[in-house]
Amino acid sequence: MIWLNVIIQGVLLGGFYALFACGLSLMFGVLKVINLAHGDMAVVAAYVAVFLTPHLHIPEVWSFLIVVPIFGLIGYVVQRTLIQKSIDRDPFTTLLVTFGLSVVIENLLLEVYTANGQTVNIGALITKSWHPASIIYISYVSLAVLAAAVLVLALLQLFLSYTGTGRLVRAVADDREAAQLSGANYRHIFGIAAAIAFATVAMAGIAFGMMTQFAPTSGGVNLLFAFEAVVIGGIGSLWGTLVGGIALGVAQQFGAHLNPQYQVLAGNLLFLVVLAIRPQGLFGKRTALL
Amino acid sequence: MSTTNNAGLEQNGLIAVRRSTHSPIFTLVGALILVVLLTAAPWIVPAEIATTLMNFFILVIMATMWNLLAGYAGMISIGQQAFVGLGAYATLYFALKGVNPFVTIPLSALACAVIAVPVTYLVFRLRGGYFSIATWVIADTAMLIIGTIAMLGGGTGRLMPGLQNLSPSETAHYSYLATWIVALVVVVGTYYLLRSRLGLVLASIRDNEVAARSAGANVRSARRIVFVVAAAGCGAAGAVLAISQPFIQPTNEFNMQWAAEMLFVSMIGGLGTIEGPIIGSIIFFVLQQTLQQQGVWYLIIFGTFAVAIALWQPRGLWGAFRDRFHTELLPVGHWVREIKAE
Repeated sequence: MIWLNVIIQGVLLGGFYALFACGLSLMFGVLKVINLAHGDMAVVAAYVAVFLTPHLHIPEVWSFLIVVPIFGLIGYVVQRTLIQKSIDRDPFTTLLVTFGLSVVIENLLLEVYTANGQTVNIGALITKSWHPASIIYISYVSLAVLAAAVLVLALLQLFLSYTGTGRLVRAVADDREAAQLSGANYRHIFGIAAAIAFATVAMAGIAFGMMTQFAPTSGGVNLLFAFEAVVIGGIGSLWGTLVGGIALGVAQQFGAHLNPQYQVLAGNLLFLVVLAIRPQGLFGKRTALL
Repeated sequence: MSTTNNAGLEQNGLIAVRRSTHSPIFTLVGALILVVLLTAAPWIVPAEIATTLMNFFILVIMATMWNLLAGYAGMISIGQQAFVGLGAYATLYFALKGVNPFVTIPLSALACAVIAVPVTYLVFRLRGGYFSIATWVIADTAMLIIGTIAMLGGGTGRLMPGLQNLSPSETAHYSYLATWIVALVVVVGTYYLLRSRLGLVLASIRDNEVAARSAGANVRSARRIVFVVAAAGCGAAGAVLAISQPFIQPTNEFNMQWAAEMLFVSMIGGLGTIEGPIIGSIIFFVLQQTLQQQGVWYLIIFGTFAVAIALWQPRGLWGAFRDRFHTELLPVGHWVREIKAE
């Protein structure tokens, strides 16, 4: 029963990692950009939810309704300006620029909001949980986050498979030059992909703020977990990201069960083992690596 | 004017190939004066300035190693703090075993090089950005593992033994000299490494990897050597860091900020030049000392500056200067010059 609980809590945690990672997976799949500021964008979204939306008289629980679309817009603008400019240089520049942004954002948040922990206030909901068996407690918030992750991934899959814009996104991801020759404006498509990525990361950031305390430095740690989820699941595979997130979550819960010190270590070790025996990840194609 | 007497294309009198556009004597004399001054510094300048210089040297060591990785071998690591931390902890370990802390510096560098070899077999499976993430995971894992070892102070840290029987001024002088010598060895070593055959292979990979491979360059092994050398250099930086700030803590030694500083300094000074990281470090320290009272603003300003440089002046300040004036203080490349037909 103890182990069942470990697995259940791991899956719930994995849902959050998948939500956090799907924007990253999309950005890499379509733009071939690794956004090292991804985690910090999530933290910014959480700070916006806590400090700015109350001014609009919106309860913090519903703040995502306004923060998510705003981040989508920001994503489009940031892509068309900063990120596109660095893509035009070379892949290294995107890494340097996004890492630079990450450090700048983190320190700005430290300067403005101090290192104190914050939470997105959701009232009594935070303590409510479903209690199906003696020692198993399933928090409604974690369950909602897992459901949101599955919903976001399903919607993304439907969007990519059945809409015209989605098909364009896939075309640009497969072969940018060929898509361009067929008349696709790849910069606009990149902007749309970035908008979706930023919107999902805003969701992930607010979800994180609901689940636990966050601080300006939370972005880096969560980004590391998100990257681990993407690599474990397989680079460029959306559902692989969900499986990778869950595998990571379960590994961390097993580690934490042995000794709370081992939580992150267990996840890192799973990542390194996957890297050693199956570098393309569980669902990835070999070609994604080269 | 003079007739050319070099080989190949040069026989036609069309081009001339030179290491440098000015006489190396200037650099040599300048370098000698600088070496003498910096060696004597702790006896000349006040103690605070010597401490600042030490921190500056540590940054120069790290940035030079990061620049070797990214600027010459195209590997963007955001996990070099792994080797800074491991170097610091190796020093602590050897000191606990009774070795003189100053003697442990080369041992710690060697230990980091040995650890780096198996690490390359893991992280080289990923490319580009995913390589960067993998190095970060390695750094995080190394920090977490070290944090579980009680003998090394666990998560809370431990004071480095072996320095207490020296007088404070002796400690200050010796640690200054140790840091300065390591910085000198790292910069001069990098210079000769880049002028060697390996430097040529790296330049060919940077210019065109496919062409370099087909010409017989062993890309993977060249990168492996660079990664191991950079690990040793960062390990030495960690060792001198442990001596200059002898309370060793995982969160301090394995701090991500080391990676951020190495990267910003190299980018601003100029990736792919030896002078760049040094100039970047100077700018960083001037800014840090000026904005000391304003918390982390120096990092915010410096980061913004680095992003702007990456976007609009990707060759960095020294790179831009060199391109305009065709001069290198530490020439590792060759200049090809067209000779005007008479």
